[in-house]
Amino acid sequence: MSLFKDLDWKPMALVPVLALAALPAIGSPSTWLTLTVAGLAMGMIVFIIASGLTLVFGLMDVLNFGHGVFIALGAFVATTVLASMGSYTTADSLWLNLLALLPAMLVAMAVAGALGLVFERLIIRPVYGMHLKQILITMGGMIIGEELIKVIWGPEQIPLPLPEALRGAVLMGDAAVEKYRLLAVLVGAAVFAAMVWTLNRTKVGLLIRAGVQDREMVESLGYRIRRLFVGVFVAGSALAGLGGVMWGLYQQSVIPQMGAQVNVLIFIVIIIGGLGSTLGALIGALLVGLMANYTGFLVPKVALFSNIALMVAILLWRPQGVYPVTNR
Amino acid sequence: MLHRILSNDLPRSRWLAALLIILFLGLAFAPFLFPGVKALNVAAKVLVFVALVASFDLLLGYTGIVSFAHTMFFGIGAYGVAIALNAVEEPSWGAIALGVICALLVSLVLSLMIGLFSLRVRAIFFAMITLAVASAFLTLASQLSDFTGGEDGLSFSVPELLSPGFTLTEEPLVTPLGEVDLNGKLITYYLIFVSVCAIFLTILRIVNSPFGRVLQAIRENDFRAEALGYRTVVYRTLSNVLSAAFATLAGCLLALWLRYNGPDTSLSFEIMLDILLIVVIGGMGTLYGALIGSVLFVLAQSYLQDLLRLAGEATAGIPLLPALLTPDRWLLWMGVLFVLSVYYFPTGIVGKLRERSVLARLKGMK
Amino acid sequence: MSNLLTLNGVHTHIGAYHILHGVDLTVPTGQLTMLLGRNGAGKTTTLRTIMGLWHASQGTVVLDGEDITQKPTPDIAHSGVAYVPESMGIFSDLSVRENMLLAARGARTLDDIDTTRLEWIFGLFPAMKKFWTHPAGKLSGGQKQMLAVSRAIVEPRKLLLIDEPSKGLAPAIIQNMIEAFRQLKAAQTTILLVEQNFNFARQLGDTVAVMDDGRVVHSGSMAELAADEALQSRLLGLSLGAHQ
Repeated sequence: MSLFKDLDWKPMALVPVLALAALPAIGSPSTWLTLTVAGLAMGMIVFIIASGLTLVFGLMDVLNFGHGVFIALGAFVATTVLASMGSYTTADSLWLNLLALLPAMLVAMAVAGALGLVFERLIIRPVYGMHLKQILITMGGMIIGEELIKVIWGPEQIPLPLPEALRGAVLMGDAAVEKYRLLAVLVGAAVFAAMVWTLNRTKVGLLIRAGVQDREMVESLGYRIRRLFVGVFVAGSALAGLGGVMWGLYQQSVIPQMGAQVNVLIFIVIIIGGLGSTLGALIGALLVGLMANYTGFLVPKVALFSNIALMVAILLWRPQGVYPVTNR
Repeated sequence: MLHRILSNDLPRSRWLAALLIILFLGLAFAPFLFPGVKALNVAAKVLVFVALVASFDLLLGYTGIVSFAHTMFFGIGAYGVAIALNAVEEPSWGAIALGVICALLVSLVLSLMIGLFSLRVRAIFFAMITLAVASAFLTLASQLSDFTGGEDGLSFSVPELLSPGFTLTEEPLVTPLGEVDLNGKLITYYLIFVSVCAIFLTILRIVNSPFGRVLQAIRENDFRAEALGYRTVVYRTLSNVLSAAFATLAGCLLALWLRYNGPDTSLSFEIMLDILLIVVIGGMGTLYGALIGSVLFVLAQSYLQDLLRLAGEATAGIPLLPALLTPDRWLLWMGVLFVLSVYYFPTGIVGKLRERSVLARLKGMK
Repeated sequence: MSNLLTLNGVHTHIGAYHILHGVDLTVPTGQLTMLLGRNGAGKTTTLRTIMGLWHASQGTVVLDGEDITQKPTPDIAHSGVAYVPESMGIFSDLSVRENMLLAARGARTLDDIDTTRLEWIFGLFPAMKKFWTHPAGKLSGGQKQMLAVSRAIVEPRKLLLIDEPSKGLAPAIIQNMIEAFRQLKAAQTTILLVEQNFNFARQLGDTVAVMDDGRVVHSGSMAELAADEALQSRLLGLSLGAHQ
């Protein structure tokens, strides 16, 4: 992503193309606007979660089938934090609400990141390079995590209501655009911007981008890439935690199985995007978000299938995803 | 003769052979050794799992492919029989046959598509894609309620010969171990038993054939296999298809036993995890591991929960422990066992027993 | 004359394959040692073993008095070794500038890189300056090779391990390379170079080691080998003059 004029713009065009294609199918522009914002919001949240996973895979060839556990953990932690800040959330002031949300997000990220550290040490480190075992073990890790969440918070669904000032919608002409979703788009964009800045303007980012392409060469240049990996893994887990908070608020409830549920979506996203590519993950996420919302409105029964069909279509076009990372 | 039946794939360990014989006899005479409804249910469940896990081992253990779509084929088989028997007025063998054949056809088509698709994508992609497809299928089954009975599933009756009402004798058979009802359930049990034996021995034959050896070569080093002239895509796809077919048959058997099928009975993710657990603990790439693992697992699942309940009650005073030791958290302990098995028993029980036998033989030779 | 690098009885296994069967190699300080041999003789494996990318199953690798046999690759790089692999190892998605920045371990930002040194590199390889902000993947094969070498010399290093730098390059570019290495030699850098282009080898090499079947079968001065056509023919199957 160093030079814009060299950038392969076709995949980026897919997002507006999909949005525009849906307009005639939906008919009313105001409904279309509502759905599009909803889709972008959902896409942004999924991107926040998926970005960590794709970097981890691109950098160290580790596939974490248990990424969902960080999502669920973040969401559940948020319920506890927000519950304890009752007065802030019930107040009808945007600033107070944000003052409650911010600690919830930060604590969720911290806890998820800490779990990520433990997860990497105990579960992932022993199986570097062994894909089969990684798949099995990270799945096992997720089951254990999910069960532990049930132990701590109980197995039932817990509501995660939106703070007062973030409820309801803003009217844009005829269209009702939900306030929370606008916030989600903003947060997602902020995360993306932060990632792009880190990846392109810092030496650490440079190392990550280089490492994704050719791990061995980075080591030969004298960098201990293992440490970098742990850092990226923890960051990825923290991001998943943040995504969990946002997802929980989007659904207004959390259940222990939410990790496993979102897992499938994330995999679809990073497959579409290309393992290791941040921009790819963003495009994949936005496409998936839009698709889910459009089909949810038009043909609800095939919502999940539509995403799979999307994935298959993209793989037929580019078998390694839209932005495959150049081979090692 | 035994060699021929077992396709020359012998246990190769005295302990393993003994264990297998005991389990085989136990299952063969289960209705008489362990009279009672619950025990028979457990035994039938074991049998179905043996077939299901053996078919999965063909794919994972012998071909080295991780696929999360296995429960989908299991479900297709179960739904095939369920829908067929639900649709007809009078449950008949014809309906069963129709259900089985339709299910097999659907599985054939789906597994072919999935197998051919693996051409274009890497192994990791494949695993993720099968996960996505299986999830989608599960949602579909719950949503097409007119067809599949939705969340509630379908209840149906089976042909008279197999139904509990049908009795061979007026009075139950009285044995030193208890009373045994000689009814349709018993007949169904033996139908399943014979079918599972046939399925198991067929898979055993397949993995010990030249075809099976190529699969193993592909598992070890697909580059090399391709270089040697084997079209790996063809073999992988075939393995996929065969594995799916046997899983489908297992599903049909399950439906016949339960006389019911729903999304949770055959399509749930939990079942996929169970399969993974069994194949890892029993021993990947051994097939016998499916038998031992299934018995261990189903027994544990049925009776461990009681054990957990007792343990939970015993530790009532201590904080946090009761929450960890309730029967509801049974999956937590299975998860821990699973992770430990992948680390410390990569070859599973069968592998460990065979290792010991090899070591013992080496020692004996000195 | 001391030896900067010494390999003693090094065996390397890659999986089940036994590639190096007891390599004994010495690389004198401040000189350019050529590592020659047929394809598959084990030259690349030797370089990779020195760099720690593959670990020797037997034997020792000693750099400047320090045993680096089992050291991890980043640490070996820190000991002052730069490696230019046969595949060049450039990061195609990164710009030339970013590639260089990465290679300059001591630099946090571009300003930290020694400008005199950079100018020297630009003098040797003008294309680097021309394509400074372009993605490295867009460079031609020869330019990529130049970038790979530039990276290795952006900071002073004790030892350069270079694997077939002239492969697939046009003769004019090869001359640039030769000039660059001459200047490096003048700067007292020790170089171990694997090559198949014998003109290249003859112009630059001070000492030479010939490998075959995972062993060093001949070592001595380059001048000696260049003068002895019969020896060349025996060791390499053809004479230095014949192969271009």
